[in-house]
Formats: sequence, C-alpha cells, structure tokens
Amino acid sequence: MNIIVVGCGKIGRTIISSLVNENHDVLAIDENPEKIREVTNLYDVMGIVGSGTSYEKLTDAEAGKADLFIAVTNSDEINMLSCFAAKRMGAKNTVARIRDAENNGAISLEFMKNLLDISMAINPELMTANAIYNLLKLPSATKVETFSSHRFEMIELNLKEGSPLDGMTIVDLRKTSNEKFLICTVSRGDEVYVPQGNFKLKSGDKIGVIASGRNTQKILKTLGIVHKQVHDAMIMGAGKTSYYLAKMLLESHIAVKVVEINNEKCEEFCESFPSAQVICGNCMDQDLLIEEGINTTDAFVSLTGHDEENILISFYAMSQNNDKVIAKVNGEELSSIAEKLGLDSIVSPKMLIADSLVQYARALENSEGSKVETLYRLMNGRVEALEFNVLPDFEFIDVPVRDMHIRKDIIIAGIVRGTDTIIPSGADVIKAHDKVIVIAKGEKIYDLSSILNH
Amino acid sequence: MNFKMIFHTIGQVLIVLSAMLLLPLIVSLIYVEWMSVIAFSVTAVSSFAVGMLLSALSATKRSAIYAREGLIIVSLAWIVVSLVGSVPFVISGDIPSFTDAFFETVSGFTTTGATILTDVEHLTHGMLFWRSFTHWIGGMGVLVFAVAIVSRTPDRSMHILKAEMPGPIVDKLVPRAKDTAKILYIIYIGLTVLLMILLLCGGMPFFDSVVHAFGTAGTGGFGIKNNSIAGYNHYLQWVIAIFMMLFGVNFNVYYLILIKKFKTAFGSRELWIYIATIVACTALICVNMYSSFSNIADLIRASFFSVSSVMTTTGFTIADFTQWGHLSKTILIILMFVGGCAGSTAGGLKLTRVIILIKKMGNELKRIIHPRAATIVKFEGKRVDDDTLHGVSTYLAIYIVSFAIILFIISFEQSFSFEANFTAVASCFNNIGPIFDNAAGGGTFVNYSVFSKLLLSFSMLLGRLEIYPLLLTIVPYTWMKNK
Repeated sequence: MNIIVVGCGKIGRTIISSLVNENHDVLAIDENPEKIREVTNLYDVMGIVGSGTSYEKLTDAEAGKADLFIAVTNSDEINMLSCFAAKRMGAKNTVARIRDAENNGAISLEFMKNLLDISMAINPELMTANAIYNLLKLPSATKVETFSSHRFEMIELNLKEGSPLDGMTIVDLRKTSNEKFLICTVSRGDEVYVPQGNFKLKSGDKIGVIASGRNTQKILKTLGIVHKQVHDAMIMGAGKTSYYLAKMLLESHIAVKVVEINNEKCEEFCESFPSAQVICGNCMDQDLLIEEGINTTDAFVSLTGHDEENILISFYAMSQNNDKVIAKVNGEELSSIAEKLGLDSIVSPKMLIADSLVQYARALENSEGSKVETLYRLMNGRVEALEFNVLPDFEFIDVPVRDMHIRKDIIIAGIVRGTDTIIPSGADVIKAHDKVIVIAKGEKIYDLSSILNH
Repeated sequence: MNFKMIFHTIGQVLIVLSAMLLLPLIVSLIYVEWMSVIAFSVTAVSSFAVGMLLSALSATKRSAIYAREGLIIVSLAWIVVSLVGSVPFVISGDIPSFTDAFFETVSGFTTTGATILTDVEHLTHGMLFWRSFTHWIGGMGVLVFAVAIVSRTPDRSMHILKAEMPGPIVDKLVPRAKDTAKILYIIYIGLTVLLMILLLCGGMPFFDSVVHAFGTAGTGGFGIKNNSIAGYNHYLQWVIAIFMMLFGVNFNVYYLILIKKFKTAFGSRELWIYIATIVACTALICVNMYSSFSNIADLIRASFFSVSSVMTTTGFTIADFTQWGHLSKTILIILMFVGGCAGSTAGGLKLTRVIILIKKMGNELKRIIHPRAATIVKFEGKRVDDDTLHGVSTYLAIYIVSFAIILFIISFEQSFSFEANFTAVASCFNNIGPIFDNAAGGGTFVNYSVFSKLLLSFSMLLGRLEIYPLLLTIVPYTWMKNK
C-alpha cells in the first residue's frame, strides 16, 4: 500500500519502521530536514522536507493516490488539517493523532472526525493510560491485552522462583482447574515457544495466558498466583497520560496521588481532579517520596517525560517493596535493558501506536476476506496475537478445529460467539460471524485462511 | 562489523555474475569459438560454485548492515567482479597476461574504455561481446542489480546503493530502493534497445550494433574496430554522438518524462546547463579547428562527437583529436574533469557538483565583502543543505589530492611525455578511456609497466565508485573493531 506519514518524531519513526517491515511503500514528510535525513538513512522510505499542510508538498507526495495518510506531528491542529487536505485530494483513509484533552471529549472527537472525514483518531496518551489501567486491574500480570472489548484477555505472567506451576506440563495444568484457559506463549531465555500439550513449564518463564475476561481473576487464584486489589496509586508526572489515567482510576474508586514538579501543571491537575492528591515536588527526591508513602502505596506508576528518569524511579520504588511498579519507557533499547534488570511492567506508547496502525493497515489491505480486528505484538514482536471477524464464506465453517490443518506455531486461542467465549479444544468449530483469536509465532498473518496448510 | 553479511552479499554477486557470463558464452557458441566457450563456461561454473559456497557458509540471521559494511561490500564486490571477469581473457589466451586482462576488465566494469589491446579486431566475438557487456553492467552498477533487484532481503540496501550510485545526492524516484532500482534499469534497457534499433536501421551489422549500444549506454567506449567509430557512416556517428549525450543526462529526467511530469523534467537546471555546455564547447572547437576541415558538416560532426564523447566520459573517437589545436585539446581535458550529470552512467566530477561548487564560491566571495551576509545555495529550486555542501567541497579536495598522488607515482614512468601521463591518469580517473598522446602506444596503455597498469586500474575503480568506498576499504581504521 502507499502510505504517507507526516511528522517524523518518536512516534512517527516507530510507525514508519513498523510499516516498512510490513512491506508498505512509505513516504515521510517532516519540516525538519535533519529528521528526514535520519529516517531515509535508517529505513527504505522516500522523504519530503516541508509542511504536511502545504498543498504543494502534498501534491509532490501524491497524497491523492495514498491508501493511508497518517499525520502524527506534535500539533493536533496540523494533524487534523493535513488529514482533511489529503482526504480532499483523494487519499483513501486518514489517521490523525489527536491528543489534547479538550479535543478528546467523546462528543467533540466524533464531531471533528465526522467533519474532517478522518478514518481514525489515535491518541497515544489515552492508549498508554488504558494499558496501564488494565495492568492495575490485574497487578500480578506484567502485560494485559484485551480482545473484543474485554471478552478475552491475554495476560503475561512471570513464573517466579518456587511457583506452583514449575515443572507442570500444559496437560497437567488443564486437569488442575475447572476454569477454561490456555497458555499460548512461553518465552524462555531468548527463545519463544507456542507450547504443545506436553510442554513443561519452568520457573523463570514468561507465559502468556488467554482466558475469558470475567474469569481471569479466578484463574489467577487457581494458578496459585495471588494478588491483592489496588486501592491507591502513586503517579509520577502530571502530563497528558497521567490525566487520562487519573480519570479512569478515580472513576473506579482508586485513590490517586500525583507528584509533579511544575507548579502550574499541579494546579491545572487539581482543577481537573479535585479528589486527587497533588504534590508539587521533584519526583527524583527520595525523601519526598518516602514522606508521601512510596512504601505503603499499592501501585507506583512513573510517567515523567524522560525514559531514564522513569526507569530509575521505578527501580527505587521496587527497592521500597512496592507491589506493583509500572514505568512508561519509549526507547526500545532502554526498555529491554530495564526488563532484563527486573522491571517487568513497561508500557511503551510508541509501540502501542505502531501496533494499532499495523493492525489498521493489515485490515485495509485485506478488506475482502476475514478482517484483522485487533493485533498485538508480543514477546518483542516475535509473536502476534490477532483477532479476526469470520465471514460466512470462510472455507472451514463448522469444521472441528483438529481437522483444519492449522500450520505449525499457530494456534486458535479463543472464539467469541455472541456473548459466549470459548477456549477451543479439538472438537470445537468455527461459525460465521464468530470472532477468532489466533496466536502466531514468527510470521505475519493477513487473513484467517492464511493460518491453514493448503 | 557484520562480516557474514559482507561475504554473503559478495557470494550473491558472484552468482549473479556467473549468470551474466552465460550471455558471452552463448555468443561464443553462435560463432563457434571453442576456446572462448571453454573459458566462459569454466569461469561461470567456478564463479557459481564459489558464490554458492560463500553465501551458504555465511548465511546469517543478522542481516543489518550499516554505512561501513555498505562501503566495504561495494568496493570488495567491484574488485572481485573485476578479478573473476578477467579470467576468461586469460583462459582463452586472448589476453595472456593476467595484469593486462585485469586492466581490461576493470576498464570495462568502470566504463572507462581504456585498453591495452593494439589490435582489437584480432579478438574473438565472445570476448568482444564480454568486454562491452561489462560496460553495460558497470554503467548502472553491479550491486544495484545484484542486491536491489535479485536479492530478496533489501532491508538496508540503501547503504549499498548510495555507495555505488554516482552523484552527491542520491534521490529516490519511489519510496522503495528496490523499485527505484527497477525503474532505473527499465529506462536503461529501454534506451539501449532503442539505440540498437537505430544503429541497425543505419546498416550496422547486428553484432556491431549490440556491442556499440552497450558501450554507449554504459558510457564506456570499448569499440570493436581499431579506429573506434571512425569507419562507420555519418548517420551512425550522429546516432552514437546523440545517444552518448542522452546517457550523460540524469535518469530522473527520463523517469519524470515517463510519468508525464514534463514541466519538472524540462525545468531541471542541470539538464540545460549540460546541453548549453555541450553546445558552447562544440562551437568553440568548431571555430578553433575551422581551417583543418574542408567541409563544415565534417567539422561539426567531429567536434560534437568528441565533445559528447569526452564530457559523458565515453571515449569513442571518430577523429584523432591528439592532432587538434591546443585550445580544442584544453577544452576536452577540462570536460574530462567535469563529466556528465549526476544520476547518469557518466563519470568525472559530475556537473551537479561543479554547479554547486561554483555557486558556493560566489557566496564565499560575497562574504568577503559582507562578512555578515547570510548565504545559502539553491539548486533545482531547493536549498542545498550544509552537509551536502561540505560533502561536495570535501569531495573536490579528495579528488584533487588523489589525482595528484596518482599522477606523481605514474610520473616515475620516465619514457612518456607529461601530456601522456597527465591524460592517462585523467582518462582513467574520470573513466573516459583514450590517451592524448600516441607515443605511449597508439592511444592504448600497452606500454605502461605492470605496476602502472595496476595503479591505473585502481584509479579507474576510485573514479567509478567516487573515491570514498575504496579509500575507506584500504584504510585500516575502517577494519578496526573498536573504532
């Protein structure tokens, strides 16, 4: 597909990198020649220096022929305007980053989207806040991804030393519990597996468990992974992400304490959330953090603008026996280092956005067959979890899963039928209009029939 | 340093090369030249085997390559290709000395056209075809073909393309490097076929047309007659002169014409300056040589042909310009250094660089009078950024220094005149071909010593790859692990 990306900042570059990996023809536009040079040096893309709202530049870029036009500059207004211009010139789909809270009220966002004919609005801060919120709901997980609006959840867990699961095979596990769940990925050392029934778990593994959203709490309990509910959370920094997160937490009656150095921001935050506790002070000040109860709070979320700062404070919080520590880290290298050092809950806004755009692009590319509804890249991008909508013309409707000849390293992990959720065994079948969750290792799946051996 | 990836790519290049060797093999079979058949098949088979072995042994998952690997791949590939390409000449006995064969092959791939053969007509058809075919491959780039079009893992091929494509700024035509390379090759093949047809229409034999089309397209200059193009009729000389000029134009212009953006295509400043330079130089030579020609048509044809041939660094000749007046010779020598447009198959400094340099000089002069003046250089309606400006100035400096060093070393050849040595180096370094002095061997390099031949081969590679890749490959710094 022909894709144009306006704005080559942190987010823009991650998007470009993911889309190039997906074999799209990408053209990048940025006002800063320096950034364009970097992007064209790193990736196989064409670059144009100039503004995304200039008619001349958009003509040069042949915006009219673009299948997907993505505007992710720092300014909401530029993004909306350039999407509008591109759409008018004939671009098929437009995606704008709209992140200001004022623009993100449900009504105002809908209004703008309809008015400007924008196909999708993305808000990295909101997505980050969502991901963190999901994690706080299940504090023992290191990552939570949701499918079909929470019908299915995929949780990543670290098997700690002495875990009851140590030494058990997948089949053993099935027998111990009546709840339906499926272990669909295991990462051990540098290897990633999609386990078969006789696969033996070991402590130190990182496993991905898929289960119906209603049952996850119970399942964690039967797996012997106890966790207590989060009742209060401490958030570092009062940026946009903190704003969205605080809103969600307060709505579900979790107490919020925010530490922010900038006085003005503190006051703005107070104004928006009178029930939140806002502390004006330096996040790196350990005495202050102790005074404010870093060692008693249930959860600690570090959302300052600097990756390094987030990582350092998080390690400090962990050393203070904090139960749940979450850090926002954008840099891939930094997050993998932090992960190796023991920081297991890391949220990367860049990757969240890139994933959602990859998903969007795949769905566009395959508008004929069964479309990709949701896509997550797990285990450093080596495993993909996808959700498909099954159309009536799918060739294996009503055929038991065991007779479908699914390829190696691919499994069907879940089926949503109406309001029911099914963890499929060999005898289950897929029906039209089901939603199917597929886990695939090491390859890119574009439509449902490509998981089968032909 | 990703050595595995370097060797893997070299292996792939060898495989592609072995496929290319099949063409001259077929030619040899058609003309029933058994020695050449054996030579080509032996080379093709061994090149294929070594290539397969290399790429199999060095198969790796880590396919990331950076600028350093890109530069090394390019220079090693060119050296390897030249070494393998010279083997058939030696096996068949057409050029028994390996140094000579290597010189001839480097000259072919770098599209120089300098030769050590005093009697070309003596060569077999297979060898003649191979010599010219190397021009055609080398013109657009060996690796552009091997990496961008044949290979299926192009993730960072841009580093390789940048190192191989001539000119200060490598523009992509479309987002993907692979597609850009494909478009360039399609234009290249299209123009070559068109030239072949026009030559056939003028009554040139089929074999001659193919070979001369290759030589012209790559702006190489290997002929198959001892007097180059002089023996063909006037129509054919005009066709070749015009096509030499066309192959010296930036290929982006042809792409823009293909996608019907005529305004942008013909709005290119470089194109008009290029045409203006050719017209002006032709006119000057005409005035200078007015008395030596009896017939104005001959005068114009000879001048235009020579200007076009030298400026595009092709090196075909129809008249012996070593006998021309000093003004004419000087013009031609200056044109040797200027070269064709960036993004063409021509060599030399490239017109774009010269234009940017002249503009920059103007700015610097202005700044002497107004020390606080803010100046920028604009070219093709766009601002030339500071990095490119620095790059161009540095390139000129390295270019002059390299030229001076090579000339200095060659001057140890006591027996030849200064003019012979100077034009020999200029000719090789800028990928043109002929020498301006007959004393050295009738316009050929046959009488230079083995050492000089190797040095000149090296300078041809330097000129074709625009110095940096080769220079960086021979500097130990590049290979040090901790640098």
